[in-house]
Amino acid sequence: MTTPWMTYLLIPLIKIVVILVVLILLAAYLSWFERRILAFMQIRIGPNRVWPKGWLQAIADALKLFSKEDVIPARAEKLVFLLGPVLATAPALIVFSVIPFGPSDLLRLTDVNIGILFILGVASVGIYGIILGGWASNNKFSLMGGLRSAAQLISYEVPMGFAVVTVVLMANSLSLVKIVEAQKAQHVWFAFPGWLAIPGLIAFFIYFICGVAETNRNPFDLPEAESELVAGFHTEYSGMKFAFYFLAEYANMVVIASIATVLFLGGWLRPFPNVAALAFLDVIPPIVWFFAKVAVFLFVYIWFRGTFPRYRFDQLMALGWKVFIPVSLINLMAVGLGILLLGGPR
Amino acid sequence: MSAYIPILLFILVAVSFPIITILIAKLVQAGRHDPVKAEPYECGIKPTSEAHDTRFSVRYYLIAVLFVVFDVETVFLYPWAVMFRKLALFGFIEMFVFLAILVVGYVYAWRRGALSWV
Repeated sequence: MTTPWMTYLLIPLIKIVVILVVLILLAAYLSWFERRILAFMQIRIGPNRVWPKGWLQAIADALKLFSKEDVIPARAEKLVFLLGPVLATAPALIVFSVIPFGPSDLLRLTDVNIGILFILGVASVGIYGIILGGWASNNKFSLMGGLRSAAQLISYEVPMGFAVVTVVLMANSLSLVKIVEAQKAQHVWFAFPGWLAIPGLIAFFIYFICGVAETNRNPFDLPEAESELVAGFHTEYSGMKFAFYFLAEYANMVVIASIATVLFLGGWLRPFPNVAALAFLDVIPPIVWFFAKVAVFLFVYIWFRGTFPRYRFDQLMALGWKVFIPVSLINLMAVGLGILLLGGPR
Repeated sequence: MSAYIPILLFILVAVSFPIITILIAKLVQAGRHDPVKAEPYECGIKPTSEAHDTRFSVRYYLIAVLFVVFDVETVFLYPWAVMFRKLALFGFIEMFVFLAILVVGYVYAWRRGALSWV
């Protein structure tokens, strides 16, 4: 029955469509949840009119953006202007090709042995979407927003990379599946490793804060600082092109949450994967655990937005270059030393 | 290599999805072109100059150059981290020397004020 056509084309294509539909719906509904949760945090009600009780608000927004006029500013670089949202959206989606949602082969598209390296490489391409879109708009606010965004993204990519290397050092592999399995073998999630409690936690916090900065979210949403830069790099974007920038931002939040789940919180594993007394938790299927952890991260994102004021640009740069880089580097070498001296997990 | 075929497919789908959607939306949406509407937004005033000619702070270049240094370093760290159990003490000292050289440059850049944004 299994012809090469089926194994290499049909089954992957079905999986791709399922992943894309779920991801896009998740990103669209994340915006609705964000508006609702923020509203409750500010003692408002939020969007609750589109039948039933606001549940279709995300769909209505998408339809509205789909039918809106797509204004291209005068003297803009038309091709690059189109390329911006495409380059911002595609990487955020492509990352999901290597993320394992569960232990079986059915629940992931593929498992490559350079998984996390592939993710970091692809995710960096998203920066081009932002800076090219900002530059091509022929708008000063867009240009400044794009430049700021690029500077911010590349600054936070460095400590983020160091935090990820720390995990690779603990797990001894770049494959996301192997990293999750290593957390099972070492009895605990990497955010709280038993043998070296502190470095895992530090790497986790650095990763997540850098992730917030990488997605241009509060309190690091300087590229979109509306009081200074109108809407940052997407000031001139309207209609479907704006919708794709929007989608890219929310899809990137899901990406960061998924990677943090896989690297630090044991992916599809239940809490304390080797404690037999908690075996009753296995009733809940692995994929539900995965998405539950992702949901917690996404809620924290929205919580940040409801709580923190925005950083100033010099504070942002100082935090990235003067705090996170030295701390994450020392943390990395501490883990190396720990493995060397204590033997560490195999 | 067969593990990469689905990734290739995914890249094709993920790139064509936004392009196709934007092009379809172009057919559906209303479009009344107007030279005033097409002017770049500048708080309601007529733009005085092209945005492409705007000058911006040299610090953006500086950050980009520093980023290249550190990012290349990260690339070296990945294979090192995977092989660390085999390289053991030799690998640790080797990476320590490598990082020490880098830290000298980092401290220099810090002392010269390359990292402070004012």
